[in-house]
Amino acid sequence: MDNREILLSLKNVEITFGKGAQAVRAVKDASFHIYKGETFSLVGESGSGKTTIGRAIIRANTCSAGEILYKGVPISGKISARLERQVIRNIQMVFQDPASSLNERATVDYIISEGLYNFHLFENERDRQQKVEEMIRHVGLLPEHLSRYPHEFSGGQRQRIGLARAMIMRPELVIADEPISALDVSVRAQVLNLMKDFQQEQGLTYLFVAHDLSVVRFISDRIGVIYKGDIVEIAPAEELFRFPLHPYTKSLISAIPIPDPRLEKNKVLLTYDPAQHDYSKEAPALTDIGYDHLVFGSREEIARYREVRTQQK
Amino acid sequence: METQKVLLSVKDLHVNFRVRGRELSAIRGISLDFYAGECVAIVGESGSGKSVFTKTFSGMLEKNGYISGGSITFYADGPVELSSLHRNRQWEQLRGGQIATVFQDPMSSLNPVLTIGKQITSVIRKHRRCSPQQAKALALQMMEKVGIPQPEKRFDDYPFQYSGGMRQRIVIAIALACHPKILICDEPTTALDVTIQAQILKLLKDLQKELGFTIIFITHDLGVVANIADRVAVLYAGQMVELGTAEDIFYDPRHPYTWALLQSLPQLAQPGSRLYSIPGTPPSLYSQLQGDPFAPRNPYCLKIDTMQQPPMFQVTDTHFAKTWLLDPRAPKIEKPEALRDLHKRLGEEFGSYG
Repeated sequence: MDNREILLSLKNVEITFGKGAQAVRAVKDASFHIYKGETFSLVGESGSGKTTIGRAIIRANTCSAGEILYKGVPISGKISARLERQVIRNIQMVFQDPASSLNERATVDYIISEGLYNFHLFENERDRQQKVEEMIRHVGLLPEHLSRYPHEFSGGQRQRIGLARAMIMRPELVIADEPISALDVSVRAQVLNLMKDFQQEQGLTYLFVAHDLSVVRFISDRIGVIYKGDIVEIAPAEELFRFPLHPYTKSLISAIPIPDPRLEKNKVLLTYDPAQHDYSKEAPALTDIGYDHLVFGSREEIARYREVRTQQK
Repeated sequence: METQKVLLSVKDLHVNFRVRGRELSAIRGISLDFYAGECVAIVGESGSGKSVFTKTFSGMLEKNGYISGGSITFYADGPVELSSLHRNRQWEQLRGGQIATVFQDPMSSLNPVLTIGKQITSVIRKHRRCSPQQAKALALQMMEKVGIPQPEKRFDDYPFQYSGGMRQRIVIAIALACHPKILICDEPTTALDVTIQAQILKLLKDLQKELGFTIIFITHDLGVVANIADRVAVLYAGQMVELGTAEDIFYDPRHPYTWALLQSLPQLAQPGSRLYSIPGTPPSLYSQLQGDPFAPRNPYCLKIDTMQQPPMFQVTDTHFAKTWLLDPRAPKIEKPEALRDLHKRLGEEFGSYG
């Protein structure tokens, strides 16, 4: 199990906005790693800090403590210009809102090629055209769409353009920040399948940021649950759904609508009250309890979680 | 069920839009009765006409849209023919008072420069004769009902001081302030987190039990439908293709489009496999329909689907579907495998949380 290669790891990352009394700690002491080739999802409600972590990895937010390692090399804080260029090329991002993340005044051709221009990733103009055309076909659009502007496309098509722009750089890690929450059910499936195809062909690694657990279960290898800046649980997708241990994870899972009227109308909604933890004596920590499963809690809670988990089969 | 009172009766409704000199037909002959106190979910992809359909109940069609045929009768005290109301004056008595709407985005449906209290009381003052003090008392009562803690303290706050879920609660409070008979919910939880979504759905159900209004709930999320709906109407290309109770639609769906919608739910997919996506795109609404509008995307398409529109077939007393597959001459086609034994399979998977 543990010969998996670690692509990215966060070590005690803290991200603070504002200064002095107004400072907000959006992310507190986050540590996790992402293996090469997997899909790791961060799930949590709005304001939990999941997007902030994604943005910190592409260096759009600065860490106030801790560090982020990419292939073992620190990429947070002050780094050389050469390394920064490498990070920009190898870690790409796909955004939530396909309407506001594309330049309204640029043609699709330019939007997709911008990264190629910046890094001179083509031999000559013909080579560039060929690459762009190949990519646009790959995401299910046509070369004649290249001369058009973003507003001429539907939400699903725009998200495909956003995906093409990221994928043409041949990245190693793609951070997808709620790439499908603005889309319709059927289009959602198309975009997810497309992302999966790219992963299989290019051996990509995804960090998927989302709040919809039903989608996350389907696409992820491992899932991290984040609550108000603390990562409260990390486990492989099926493990997390079958044996959720942290009360917040349980409440999140209970909130997923089940497409079955009899079950859904009778289910019990669990609500999470952070006051149930007593952390006055001892600070909680994210602890491994076996089964590749990590839970956030005090020593007492961890012992209880471990017991509960070993009793379940 | 049979003795239920019809509150709103839609008969063969057609809605057209004039777009740059061309006619777009958004609603193409929908007939549907809404009963007092029930919750009907309207489902379909974007562009299927679900929002346009319900906008006709509150006179909120865009300027270039008009009802080109059919009738909408609202039975409040006496029957009112909604499709012949033209002046805003007539609408204003109904809208907000008898028929209220909750929209998707709570940020854009609240006025950012007015306090929450002011926005609730202004609706009450508009539809009821009462003093400002009485209106305030009613508003506070409503805020408490929708679960705002310490309403007196939050009365003079502005929308930006509320979180997304709390804002949607306020929008619901405004909509219900005058005890409407019909509450139209246009994707009220799509912009919210799953945990907040579950709370809002519960709130709507509790309030419905208490106040007895009818909910017309627009959504594209079938999981939400399972939670809240008594009956479900599936819309496609401006037509109603299937209508039934929630149990009919989930356990015994008959229309291939309903099958496709259900199959694209990630909850029903096997991890590691591909997610089902409906091939193709919905038809252009500018053109005349030839045959079944779903035919080009339908893997179970019959020859007659491309030539003639199917009529509405009756499956049971409560269940109707508009597909040739229900014709006695049609070949026998079973629903897709992923949808068989739905209850049993989901029970095994999610039962532990239920």
